[in-house]
Amino acid sequence: MRLILAATALSLTFAGVAFAQQPVPPGEQPVEPYVQSNANAGATPMKDKAVLEAFHGKDGIARITSDLVDRNISDPRIKDIFATADIVRLKRTLSEQFCYILAGPASDGGCDYTGKDMSATHQYQGITPRDFNILVENLQKAMDKEGVPFAAQNKLLAKLAPMSRQVIERR
Amino acid sequence: MAAVAATLAFGSSAVQAAEAEPGGKLLLTGGVSALEGGGGGGVATWALIGGNETSRGVGGSVHATYVNVPDYELRSAGVTLGLFDRVELSLARQDFDTGATGAKLGLGQGFTFKQTVAGVKVRLLGDAVYDQDTWLPQVAVGVQFKQNDQPAIVRAVGAQDDTGIDYYAAATKVLLDRSLVVSGAVRLTKANQTGLLGFGGDKHDRYGAQFEGSAGWLVSKRLLVGAEYRTKPDNLGFAKEDDWADVFVAYAFSKTLSVTAAYADLGDIATFKNQRGLYVSLQAGF
Repeated sequence: MRLILAATALSLTFAGVAFAQQPVPPGEQPVEPYVQSNANAGATPMKDKAVLEAFHGKDGIARITSDLVDRNISDPRIKDIFATADIVRLKRTLSEQFCYILAGPASDGGCDYTGKDMSATHQYQGITPRDFNILVENLQKAMDKEGVPFAAQNKLLAKLAPMSRQVIERR
Repeated sequence: MAAVAATLAFGSSAVQAAEAEPGGKLLLTGGVSALEGGGGGGVATWALIGGNETSRGVGGSVHATYVNVPDYELRSAGVTLGLFDRVELSLARQDFDTGATGAKLGLGQGFTFKQTVAGVKVRLLGDAVYDQDTWLPQVAVGVQFKQNDQPAIVRAVGAQDDTGIDYYAAATKVLLDRSLVVSGAVRLTKANQTGLLGFGGDKHDRYGAQFEGSAGWLVSKRLLVGAEYRTKPDNLGFAKEDDWADVFVAYAFSKTLSVTAAYADLGDIATFKNQRGLYVSLQAGF
């Protein structure tokens, strides 16, 4: 089932190539045009800048999100979900999303999120609650590796947890 | 209640038999095993469903608990089954060993009260972990059927019955941005010392609402430290019954093995005062 859906998603992606209007960042595949907005990040920025420091700023966030993606695509339990994913784009948009949540928009010294919203990004992936929790565990490992204190980790997880409603498709 | 569980189990298995997933819960998010069985803290019951399963699977656990206070010992062992993170079935056996105190009470050296507790809990709404953008907690209701094995003795001390049913509603919330877990429950009960001394009494023989509260701090993903408080009825004329309180540490070695250690204050029990001591519980689950 997942294969068929993945194939459908892939063909949709190819169909969209002809209509791509946004510039394609180097190393990434083109995507169908969509409305970019920080609202797509699925969470509002955190007020407490101490959390950003605990994540070692934008550089720390980039290291964590890159490590998280690497862990997910090599995790035998969930790697199939990422079989057709554009990893370069995933790392970039995930980093933007975490940066927006932890540091605010670019106009406030943080980042703007240019990815799709959480429903669109995870549609047809058939993600289950267990898949979601495995991703959380991998994120905890990535944050541990960066040396982010547990209390600060939980502040980010508190922002991400409600996204389970859009991300989890099979309950 | 059992019919509801059976329907849920059947309905889900028909759809998901080929894809049922074992495990998948985050560490400690099924709670630890409460004294009366099922997911909770130590002496308090929580709204969390036991077992490591998510909404797409079945999980379970077994526990063994030992409480040593100056004049008594309390041992509990039980099994918990979690169905689709929705329904929890539990069975616990409690041994309340009076040891040398038994002789002083005229019951005989090592006299042991035994109680069996069968519980059903259903999660009604909310998700304690995921719903971080609202104050709404996870809410569950439950029933515990209790059977004491000493009908003559519990009646002799003033209890009106050797069986009883507790009804409760529990609300549990993980406040992730503060790394806190808070839980509260209201229990309608007639049980004396949770039922170990029977149900109802010569002083009172009506259902009363009792409160159970817990608060814990998540120190790490494996470690929860906290405190609990549980109010109790006072139905028996021969001995005052006190509220229970404890401070606890719950540590998850892995998803399959965790330990809870507590210092518990069980107050006066059957005329013996200030029963304070160590509470240790081991649990293994899937």
